Amino acid sequence: MKMNKYTIAQLKRGEKGIIGNFSTDVVPVKLQEMGCLPGSEVQLIQFSPFNDLLYLNISGSFFAIRKEIASLIEIANAG
Amino acid sequence: MQDKTMPEQINVALIGNPNTGKTSVFNQLTGLNHKVGNYPGITVEKKEGTCKLPNGLKARITDLPGTYSLNVTSADEQVVVEHLLEKTSENFPDVVVIVADVENLKRNLFLFTQIKDLKIPVVLAVNMSDVMVRKGITLDIELFEKQLGTKIALVSARKGTGIDHLKKCIADYRELPVNSTIGLKEIDSEYFTELQKAFPREELYRLWLKHTQNFDYTNHKNVAVQNASAKNGFPVRSENELKRMQQKETIQRYMFINKLLDKGYKKDISAAKDFRSRLDRVLLHRVWGYVIFFLIMLLVFQSIYNWSSYPMDFIDGLFASLGEWARNTLPPGALNGLLSEGIIPGIGGIMIFIPQIAFLFLFISILEESGYMSRVVFIMDRFMRRFGLNGKSVVPLISGTACAIPAVMSARNIENWKERLITILVTPFTTCSARLPVYLIIIALVIPEKTILGLNLQGLTLMFLYALGFVMAIFSAWVLNKILKIKSRSFFIAEMPGYKLPLLRNIAYTVVDKTKDFVVNAGKIILAISIVLWFLASHGPSVEFKNAEEIVHAQTENEQLTSEELNTAVASYKLRNSYIGILGHTIEPVIRPLGYDWKIGIALLTSFAAREVFVGALATIYSVGNDDEETIKNRLAGEINESTGEKAFNFPTGISLLLFYAFAMQCMSTLAVVKRETMSWKWPLIQLFTMTGFAYIVSLVAYQLLK
Repeated sequence: MKMNKYTIAQLKRGEKGIIGNFSTDVVPVKLQEMGCLPGSEVQLIQFSPFNDLLYLNISGSFFAIRKEIASLIEIANAG
Repeated sequence: MQDKTMPEQINVALIGNPNTGKTSVFNQLTGLNHKVGNYPGITVEKKEGTCKLPNGLKARITDLPGTYSLNVTSADEQVVVEHLLEKTSENFPDVVVIVADVENLKRNLFLFTQIKDLKIPVVLAVNMSDVMVRKGITLDIELFEKQLGTKIALVSARKGTGIDHLKKCIADYRELPVNSTIGLKEIDSEYFTELQKAFPREELYRLWLKHTQNFDYTNHKNVAVQNASAKNGFPVRSENELKRMQQKETIQRYMFINKLLDKGYKKDISAAKDFRSRLDRVLLHRVWGYVIFFLIMLLVFQSIYNWSSYPMDFIDGLFASLGEWARNTLPPGALNGLLSEGIIPGIGGIMIFIPQIAFLFLFISILEESGYMSRVVFIMDRFMRRFGLNGKSVVPLISGTACAIPAVMSARNIENWKERLITILVTPFTTCSARLPVYLIIIALVIPEKTILGLNLQGLTLMFLYALGFVMAIFSAWVLNKILKIKSRSFFIAEMPGYKLPLLRNIAYTVVDKTKDFVVNAGKIILAISIVLWFLASHGPSVEFKNAEEIVHAQTENEQLTSEELNTAVASYKLRNSYIGILGHTIEPVIRPLGYDWKIGIALLTSFAAREVFVGALATIYSVGNDDEETIKNRLAGEINESTGEKAFNFPTGISLLLFYAFAMQCMSTLAVVKRETMSWKWPLIQLFTMTGFAYIVSLVAYQLLK
């Protein structure tokens, strides 16, 4: 099952997508408050060296999160 | 002043996201000293200032730490929420000014809607308005003011424009409407009706915040939530239900904001991002990123040592002649001794650090203000995580080379408690500026002045000691990561702010503030210790001490000493029988295996208040009257260990001392700040005993092998 999921962690560099649903139990409130919400547009700007952090632009906010969290946030429709 | 109830002074709270230039706005409003940072969480203390408003009112302005939201996740943000929840407090704001970045209005307005819902009058200061034309931004101010229920001031703290208008908006705070932006009952009408019923007199949003607030960041458990439900009559909901409601609330706020931005805010996207992405590509590159970081660090440390040596020599000389002057000018006696041998060298010992501390803070604040520090965090996270640290631990570890106290505090924005705790625990291993004078004098005594491969051996030793500090910090982090069984979420969010040219004024404020802080705090301790030490060294309990001169005269009758030699003999006899001499002899058995005599032992003991006391303490103990390094050095070089008959500062003892200072936890102020940051005595005590124990063992082994 997990294989089929398309999450922020699977985005390629420069790729954009729309954030789908995610579980509020595991995704910190703070991240949601920075604009990471279902329906927001996300773009992967850059990976950190060794692929640990993802540098994102979520509806105009620039920030980095770790891959573990990113892999919990699904992309509704890649584009 | 038509209105009789109008107070003479009002409280104004300045609130905003990190990196919005909030502190620059504060600087513009008040003209007082403080700090601004481009790195999230840099304004760690509450800053206050006053300003005169156009209608004659006096405004007391509080600059609160940068925060993204009122749902706090760090100790810094807690300050903000406490400030806004304590309605009865005398600091409770009459009006809040929200500082927002015109380029990041969406996220900034999120915080705005939260504060607005507390029903406090709010003014919106839209900062960096000078870039609007260049970046193709237009803003329908009238629409925004109407929809948000506020007054908007377009300001540019950088250019100093719009501040008068902002002051006027603050002065007219009574005309601001106090309405909510979103309807909480739409989220969960049952819950919120119940909540309001339980506390009919309170604002709904304030209640909701209180219910979901979690002030225990040391270990992200939602204790507060459960307690609040059970004890205080809050409606009972599970943690997951509350979280879902929080998400709904967040979505509702963003829907409100997006609707407004769609109508009244336009931004030409293509205009802006190019510079940022081009610079990011280089600075975050998997090879060049590290090369550049390494070169910048090299430049920083090189310049700190090269540039500060001149002012340091100057200060050194100044205090040496000041001590000399005091000794010769004042009448001989107790006061003369206290001043010329205790206080002046003690103060001089701290003043000499000013150039280095100032340079270090200068560089650190440039790195932060420019936005580069966030990039370092980004490229270092992977490496640091391997050792149980966090990309954000880079900041404490780098600023720890100035002083561990601000460094430990700068770990506050690490969200993961375990990583934050480990960072706090290992930061004191980095070579802080207080170790420097100790290293310098011991290196001068025991390391020969040779060159190897064109490099100065003494300089190499110093570099090695710095490297040792970092390696030890990383290594102990790795050990702690294995030992500590703390479950915490792998939670990490780092804002990547846009690049900015650092503002000279802000940097100047930072350097002056931090340096002053260091000198005043360390100065107090050193002053107190020099006085105590001087007293203990110049007084004694026994008859031997009182009759020292006669006894020594009698003993040395046949030796035909010059009067100078006789004076020295009397002085050292007195010292041995003084309070401090007795104390030193008592502890000598413990330190003898490390190669130290009792005098070094005393200096070591006093170093536990603050390391930089060591040199001053030796100076006082050896009754060297001035702080001239040459004099102290020569004096120490000639000193004989009474029990071994060898030089007191020979090679094995010197190495043992260097290692002891590299590893031991010898700073009361750091222990106090660790206690405050971890909210328990457990961690500072563990630090004190393990670090010092480790230092003891390493020095013991080193001395026994080398002797």
